[in-house]
Amino acid sequence: MDDQMKKNRLWAYVIIGTLALISAGTYAYNEYYIYLSVYLWFGLIYGMCLQYGRFCFASAFRDLFAVGVPRMVVGIMIATVLFAFVGAFVTASGLSTFHPAPTSFHAVVAGFIFGIGMVFAGGCASGSLYKTGEGSGSALLVILSISVSQAIFADIGGWTNKLVPNSWRESALSKGLPESIRVEDGWLDQYLAGYVWDQPVTTFAKMSGWSNESLMGAFLGNLVIGVIVPAAVLLIVVYLVWSRKSYMRKNLGRDQPAPTFADDLAGFWAMITANKRTAIAGLVLGIAAGMHMFVIQGLRVKFGVKNAGTLLERMGFDFGISVNGTVFDPGYWYVTTQEAQWVGWTIQKLGGENMDNIYFGFVNGIPNPAINPADWMSIALIGGAAVMALLSNEFKLKRPTLELATWALIGGALMGIGSRLGLGCNVGAFFVRVSQGDPSGWLFGLGMIGGAYIGVKVFNWWTERRMARQFEASGI
Amino acid sequence: MKFEKMEDGHYGLDVKGYVCPHPQIYTKKALEKVNAGEVVEVVFDNPSSGESIAAMCESTGDEIIEKNQEGGQYKWSIRKI
Repeated sequence: MDDQMKKNRLWAYVIIGTLALISAGTYAYNEYYIYLSVYLWFGLIYGMCLQYGRFCFASAFRDLFAVGVPRMVVGIMIATVLFAFVGAFVTASGLSTFHPAPTSFHAVVAGFIFGIGMVFAGGCASGSLYKTGEGSGSALLVILSISVSQAIFADIGGWTNKLVPNSWRESALSKGLPESIRVEDGWLDQYLAGYVWDQPVTTFAKMSGWSNESLMGAFLGNLVIGVIVPAAVLLIVVYLVWSRKSYMRKNLGRDQPAPTFADDLAGFWAMITANKRTAIAGLVLGIAAGMHMFVIQGLRVKFGVKNAGTLLERMGFDFGISVNGTVFDPGYWYVTTQEAQWVGWTIQKLGGENMDNIYFGFVNGIPNPAINPADWMSIALIGGAAVMALLSNEFKLKRPTLELATWALIGGALMGIGSRLGLGCNVGAFFVRVSQGDPSGWLFGLGMIGGAYIGVKVFNWWTERRMARQFEASGI
Repeated sequence: MKFEKMEDGHYGLDVKGYVCPHPQIYTKKALEKVNAGEVVEVVFDNPSSGESIAAMCESTGDEIIEKNQEGGQYKWSIRKI
């Protein structure tokens, strides 16, 4: 083992050791911290899986459209089906922490904006976290941009109030929100309370006439109808359009006139198993995401709470708790809201007012990042990715160029806006919702595919120009 | 990003510092431009781009004839088929 590898291994141990010390030390101080530590260790697992499998949702359709590679679509679908499978057990046992989101066209629009942003930024919300763990300064800028854009967008009012349709304003005012939430001042507030909250909330189980917790609802409605069938259709389309031709070219006998059904089955399976790292990461991610819900709900039952806000108040922290006594506590893997919260908290500490909007003041709060459960998850996710990158000698500090910084800031801002319009990112609004039988997840995904297509078109135009100059200079 | 002719039939593509999707897109465009049998030596430091480039070559049939990795930096030689 060379010196660099020894150093890398040492740093990996330091990261794991630090997280272990935080967990043990805080638990010794107050047992409620175990709740935050659960987020922390699942975050570490997510980070390790994402880095190991180079698991980035942005690359799923981007690489399909840009370079014809289906690797990541396959990985995501494996993770989604596995998460759905574990999630069905958790839901049927009555221990799910999941709440479906309103379903309407807004999810498609949000996904579209998010999809363009993730192609520009070079990574989705979760991908940027793990790439930060690999040492990418560009990915860190993306996180910064997502965080700031969300916090600003959540509170933006003034002239944007004039863009709000009257029907939204009236509907928002009729909701009877507390006076501290100035719902009449804020575009996103009126969009949420006046439009999104009025949309139907459903699942594939409910649409089929079953409750989510019933065996039929959890397994047949949400898992089979809501996830396995559409995922299989999606993968078959990807196989037929992007993978079949090259498989048959390499594997079909010269004297065989046309592929048989057995050839297609073999080709489909070859596509699924083509990248073992991604498939393994998808498998572990899916199971871990399901277990995360189970463990968090178990702790809520143990401590007799429904939200971490109660635990924080019991521990003596009352700053940044929402008017409902809640803080952001999804109970599963989530990325973007905790990023918005730390900027919201900073603005509040600097004298701004960020608790008069629905996003922070009514629902998620802006607790100190040091005791924000979801922040523990994101920090540990970066740490987990760093551990894997260090152990495989792939960690490298990379300062962004001006070009990359520009793409990162634009892409991050679009992702920030998209995730607030869609009430989540590629993880919260797509991966989690799809896996739990929420049709709005597929709508967000549909938008992401469209956004990725447009983003790739722009990127192709940009790279074509740069490449043409290089070809000319090299005389080719 | 730098693309240059190193010698007859051998080209260099330096995409160090770039994140996805730049390295794989530039690699695709470079391989589309050179002639069959010629080699493009790609230098990159974004690990996930390696997965995409490998899958892309698997699909097109282009051959990765050499892979080197040192300190988070990769140098792959790809022969166009």
